[in-house]
Amino acid sequence: MTVPSQLLAISPGWLADALPFAFAAGVVYVLLQAAWFRATVLEMGSTLELAAATAMRVHHLPRRSRWLMEQLFAAGVRNLHVVLLVGLFMGMIVSLQTGIELSRFGQQDQIGTIVAASMTREMGPFITAVVLAATTGSALAAELGTMSVSDELSALEVMSVDRTSFLVVPRVAALMIIAPVLTVLCDTIGIVGGGFVATSQLGVPLAQYTETALDALQEKGALIPLPMDVYSGLFKSIIFGGLIAVISCASGLVARGGALGVGRATSRAVRDSIIAVIVANYFLTWFLYR
Amino acid sequence: MTSGPGTSAASGTPDVILRFEDVHKAFGAQRVLRGLSFDVERGKVLGLMGGSGTGKSVALRHVIGLLRPDAGRVEVEGHNVSALSAHEMSALRKRMGYVFQEGALINWLTVEENLALPLVENTDLGRGEIADRVAEKLAMVHIPDAGKKLPSEISGGMKKRVGLARALIVEPDILLYDEPNAGLDPEISRSINELIREIAEIHESTALVVEHRVDCIRTVCDEVVFLHEGAAIVHQPTEEFLRPSHPRLIEFLGPDALD
Repeated sequence: MTVPSQLLAISPGWLADALPFAFAAGVVYVLLQAAWFRATVLEMGSTLELAAATAMRVHHLPRRSRWLMEQLFAAGVRNLHVVLLVGLFMGMIVSLQTGIELSRFGQQDQIGTIVAASMTREMGPFITAVVLAATTGSALAAELGTMSVSDELSALEVMSVDRTSFLVVPRVAALMIIAPVLTVLCDTIGIVGGGFVATSQLGVPLAQYTETALDALQEKGALIPLPMDVYSGLFKSIIFGGLIAVISCASGLVARGGALGVGRATSRAVRDSIIAVIVANYFLTWFLYR
Repeated sequence: MTSGPGTSAASGTPDVILRFEDVHKAFGAQRVLRGLSFDVERGKVLGLMGGSGTGKSVALRHVIGLLRPDAGRVEVEGHNVSALSAHEMSALRKRMGYVFQEGALINWLTVEENLALPLVENTDLGRGEIADRVAEKLAMVHIPDAGKKLPSEISGGMKKRVGLARALIVEPDILLYDEPNAGLDPEISRSINELIREIAEIHESTALVVEHRVDCIRTVCDEVVFLHEGAAIVHQPTEEFLRPSHPRLIEFLGPDALD
């Protein structure tokens, strides 16, 4: 790899000296970027492979009912207070922010509509997904990562136990079941929180807030006789739950290198889950509301 | 290589259960196995001895298909392990038991559930039969009352015993032990060694034991292979091995060699 002689000829002395080093640094940078890109593609490939393997073993779920119940408890009951607290404050924030702006135009009586629509369409599913990624997703990656570095996964392989069926299927199913349940609760508490702010801070009567909020949820979907905003949010949350579980399990299963490796797998699981949820959220919104 | 009876077996004879044939394995730039070759005859307990990083555990993982060689062959009962399909590998593994260094028990299952797992997943045995077999194996490793405990509630020595019982639950023809005495005090270590010997005699199984403690080798093994820089440099019956003539082995064994 040589630097063109014409380029060196027209450069000042110090630049000519520095140019080969700069060129080498550039090449190393490009190679590093390529390695990062290759690693990312491989990681995505193994996650998709795990998702497909999980889907093909969904009929094993009745055999895994005990683990499913344990995962439902871990993901649902243990996260309930976090989802409720965050949902409550998000509803209050949405109500306060929009209420202050709307009150400038004397339109604060529409707060109920805005809070209900934004909680059920976007905020509820998204907040629940972020809470699940940060709590359950990280726990899944740490648990499977620890199993990986302590040879427990190798032990399963040696015993001819299908680890996807044994470990991944109940975890993915649990998150796909619990995410919409938590989303409904998050939506509800958010709307309640918004109502509290609307009545106490913005002078909107509770009856009016309730009426506008319920009105916003009247539009029925074409496919399912439920309010469109509610079922679209629930549909999103099922997808988010599956994404978080598969990404976190995939991250944990490939953990190597002791405690450090488990830590890396955990942070990668949370990071990738949140990115996947945001990207999927855009496409699902486009699909559901275009 | 200093040879003993293990290497005298002619190629392809049915008595050879495990065979390493010029096996090479590297992890990145680190070459761990460099032409490892040895045989294990049916019913024998062979010890793999050597310093840290000489590839003992790596060799063991090749036998059960957790690793594949970069070059060379690992044969189990005449089958090249690397060439087996997933289904064939699974069938072979069901006839082998592997005792991991730290036990590798599934932490959220009780001892009983850990033992029952391969039977629940891979056989049609009823609950009663599985429970009977679990109780039998726990009794065999002298911890009949540990069944309801979680791995986090038992000592390191008990974990080894549970690991051993789990390996035995499928009644394997071949047993692989990865440093069964690592981290144990001398008393527990002695009892584990006696247990391994007892199991070998009762089951007439073939075993490969990775170990670097002389007392274990003396109690447990019929033959010993000594590894140096990823290759076997000594393969002898245990008594002969413990009267070393190879300079590297004398250096490794130190004062123990004189006992």
